[in-house]
Amino acid sequence: MDNSVLVKNPPLVSVQDVCQSYDNGTSGQITVLDNINMELRRGEIVGLLGRSGSGKSTLLRAIAGLIQPTKGTVTFEGKLISGTSSDVAVVFQNFALFPWLTVLENVEIGLEARGVKPAARRQQALSAIDLIGLDGYESAYPKELSGGMRQRVGLARALVVHPKLLLMDEPFSALDVLTSETLRNDLLDLWSEGRMPIEAILMVTHNIEDAVLMCDHILIFGSNPGHIIGEIHVQLPQPRNRLDPAFREILEEIYSLMTSKTDSTNRLPSEPFVGNGIAIVLPKVSVNELAGLIETIAAPPYNGKADLPPLAASLRLEIDDLFPVGETLQLLRFVEMEKGDIRLTPLGQRFVESELDDRKHLFSQQLSVYVPLAAHIRCILDERPSHKASAQRFRDELQDYMSEEAANDTIKAVTSMARYAEYFAYDEESDLFTLDNPS
Amino acid sequence: MVFLPHNSIEPRANPAFSRVPILPNIYDLVAFTLLGGAIALVVHGTSDMSGSLALLEKQPISLGIGHLPEYALRTTLRMFAGILISLVFTFVVATFAAKNHRAGQIIVPAMDILQSVPVLGFLTFTVTFFLRLFPGQEIGAECASIFAIFTSQVWNMAFSFYQSLTSIPTDLDEVCRSFKLSGWQRFWRLEAPFAAPGLIWNTMMSMSGGWFFVVASEAITVGNTDIRLPGIGSYLALAIDEKNFSAIAAAVLAMVVIILLYNQLLFRPILAWAEKFKVEQSTSKEKVNSWVYDIIRHTRLIKCLSAPFLWIGQQLMMLRFSSAENQVNPANADTYSKIGDYAWGFCVLSAILWGGWVTFDYLRQALSWQDLWISFSCGLMTLLRVAVLILLASLLWVPVGIWIGLRPSLAQHIQPIAQFLAAFPANVLFPFVVIAIVVTGANPNIWLSPLMILGTQWYILFNVIAGAASFPTDLKEAVAVYQIRSWTWWRRVMLPGIFPYYITGALTATGGSWNASIVAEVASWGNTQLEAYGLGAYIANATTAGDVRRVVLGIVVMAFFVTFFNRILWRPLYAFAERRIRFN
Repeated sequence: MDNSVLVKNPPLVSVQDVCQSYDNGTSGQITVLDNINMELRRGEIVGLLGRSGSGKSTLLRAIAGLIQPTKGTVTFEGKLISGTSSDVAVVFQNFALFPWLTVLENVEIGLEARGVKPAARRQQALSAIDLIGLDGYESAYPKELSGGMRQRVGLARALVVHPKLLLMDEPFSALDVLTSETLRNDLLDLWSEGRMPIEAILMVTHNIEDAVLMCDHILIFGSNPGHIIGEIHVQLPQPRNRLDPAFREILEEIYSLMTSKTDSTNRLPSEPFVGNGIAIVLPKVSVNELAGLIETIAAPPYNGKADLPPLAASLRLEIDDLFPVGETLQLLRFVEMEKGDIRLTPLGQRFVESELDDRKHLFSQQLSVYVPLAAHIRCILDERPSHKASAQRFRDELQDYMSEEAANDTIKAVTSMARYAEYFAYDEESDLFTLDNPS
Repeated sequence: MVFLPHNSIEPRANPAFSRVPILPNIYDLVAFTLLGGAIALVVHGTSDMSGSLALLEKQPISLGIGHLPEYALRTTLRMFAGILISLVFTFVVATFAAKNHRAGQIIVPAMDILQSVPVLGFLTFTVTFFLRLFPGQEIGAECASIFAIFTSQVWNMAFSFYQSLTSIPTDLDEVCRSFKLSGWQRFWRLEAPFAAPGLIWNTMMSMSGGWFFVVASEAITVGNTDIRLPGIGSYLALAIDEKNFSAIAAAVLAMVVIILLYNQLLFRPILAWAEKFKVEQSTSKEKVNSWVYDIIRHTRLIKCLSAPFLWIGQQLMMLRFSSAENQVNPANADTYSKIGDYAWGFCVLSAILWGGWVTFDYLRQALSWQDLWISFSCGLMTLLRVAVLILLASLLWVPVGIWIGLRPSLAQHIQPIAQFLAAFPANVLFPFVVIAIVVTGANPNIWLSPLMILGTQWYILFNVIAGAASFPTDLKEAVAVYQIRSWTWWRRVMLPGIFPYYITGALTATGGSWNASIVAEVASWGNTQLEAYGLGAYIANATTAGDVRRVVLGIVVMAFFVTFFNRILWRPLYAFAERRIRFN
């Protein structure tokens, strides 16, 4: 596709100053999307890349008209979007097929909603099924199909209504590697041959390779609140090759953007902590993953310093898995992440060489210094004669700064780390933090 | 086939289908016979309902065996009329409660209280109402009877539907909104199918519930009104009055035959058909088989004849009753009307206070605080009975249920039997209990009690079987590997494993036992009448005497007890089970 043409054509979708926030009961607003500006032009495949919680799916739903943004405007062909539009179709992460309808009936549903007569509807649905390679499965029920086939039904259902814009919410993430590869290639073939009646595609993904393989244009999202941290044009010709050095370069560039310290996510230690410091959102990460990553980096072939793209590829980790682990380790000063690299600190090296008890000791030391929430809980437990404190109390405290879900996750993360470090204990039945570790 | 106006059994995309000759096959013959027979029976049964009450008195119930098929037909038709009305009620009221936030705030607690009101309680008021509506006609009494059956069937169906509607998967909801399905299309394409499995299961349970009160709802005695509608319930009542053992046996036999018949001809085909509504991503191991369903699937002529109906269904599907334009996220839609909420809350509160005052004012005209105290102490007595009986039933059925549930081949056969036992009316056992008590001189306060739990204990058994049957295989293997046995096995493995299921069963059983106390605390055999001190007997006696005020008081007290214990005991236990002891 010729780029000079793209620049001249007016945007199909235009997102201006969009903010999305939710009421959080007592303590006001939780912001999910902060000041998003973007455009989508005809003939483009645009990817929204970021990890879970970065608000990219929320943005997709705002463009689909499924939600109304709190602030800002979304226009489609110059007209303000209010409610869903018949020119926009959505493909869902978990397919969202009606289990009680056959493949054919599932594909027909959008036409039925528009009042298309049964005969015409059948014919159009059959041709969409034909296009997407589902011949022979018309009378099957979704549960008889494999994941890849189900997502094809989802795609056929979206295409049959002849939308101008196709929105895809993590379309491949519920599929295995091989299946998603085939589906992606088939989709790209249909797109490049112009056999789909679509003018543009917007795709949400947390898989960096997927984004680089498919998109002309990638917007990278940061979390808390969701915002755009960078934008990348991919000008490689299709079909793209993973081994192409230019491809690897773009991958590197994205990782580098995502580990950049100028990123305003408050998780990074270079940034001052918000409020009294306890309000850092901690991702749900298991201690095993933390130790596992440290050991992997310490061992050959990395020997203490790893390039993120090959590390992610060899561990088969997606950014949703890799980044939370890496950043938690960075917060505890066991590693440093910069420019798409991850490097063990001297402390991290010591951790690797220690025995279990010393590891716990190290961990608890770092926890007390760099995770203010852990120190805060410990401090209160020390002060109280009973050495007990309700976990709910801390959850409520956190909810002044973050959503209920994030608060629960953060408490879980702190609990899991503190249990490992024997910094304090937690009794689920009574929902109490305590100092006494059961022996 | 209630849930979808078209039936997608046949492979419609199959081009070969259009070339099949439209000749009837053997399956058509069988299907036609079944269908024709059903229609003839319905017409015959309903035509008798339109006579006059005087005629009914001239032809009293007869214990002749020859009349039994006729009676059975009439009872069955009433049951189905009740189910049908329950379904309509469910679709309308539960949908309204789920869709309209403010309506839900009233309807849900109201249904919660109404389901604790005993069947006889409704009867007292509705009989007068319906008899006045159709003076001198049998149809008035029929309506009262069907209404009583309806009240014993409807609540769990409505609750199941409501719960399904409020737990629609987000992504399916988003599909409907992004394709702009109209409210009507959304209901038939998403909501009704999604709710179908739960609703069908609850409908089957409701049929059992209806049978349990079959005597009370057909042999109506309220004050001076004494009506015996032709049916198995009245037959049974007469047999008990006349101490006729062989007639009782015949009635029970007829019941068994009917329950078997409608299970085979109606519920199993529906269950087999409803398999596809289960939201699960893989094909399940055990499928429900039904020979009737297989026959219908194999018919040719019937399929062709039903084509016009399918066409009508498809046309109906395209109706757009409500505009689907601008469907915004409901989460946002709710926030802007806080003032409206307060105003609404104020209106509801005033209505409740006013209603409470009216009831109080009505009662105090003839009753004193003494009456309240009496009914309350009756309630405490019944409470004691319910508690002890549930405990005893649990001690018996939990181990039995676990034993059966861990043997899947056995569990399959036990399930239908238990379902039949749940339908068994307590009245059938009256003769044995009364004779035994009279002969041995035992205390009726104690020995009448087991009748209360006769129909409801099975809910504990069902649920425990289901829980034990779904106990994860890997945990069973772990138990075997580590040789966990005896007390540790019970305490650490099995009891926690079935706990959520047990709670569900015990909750249902408790509510049902309260309701059953009305038919269980007063037992008669011929002229001998035994009575236990309790709220059930209190209400039953007040009903027979036509003392409306005491009936109202009794109902209020019973609703209070049931609702109170649901809130302070069962709900928290249920929440605890949901939170702590789940396998996922």
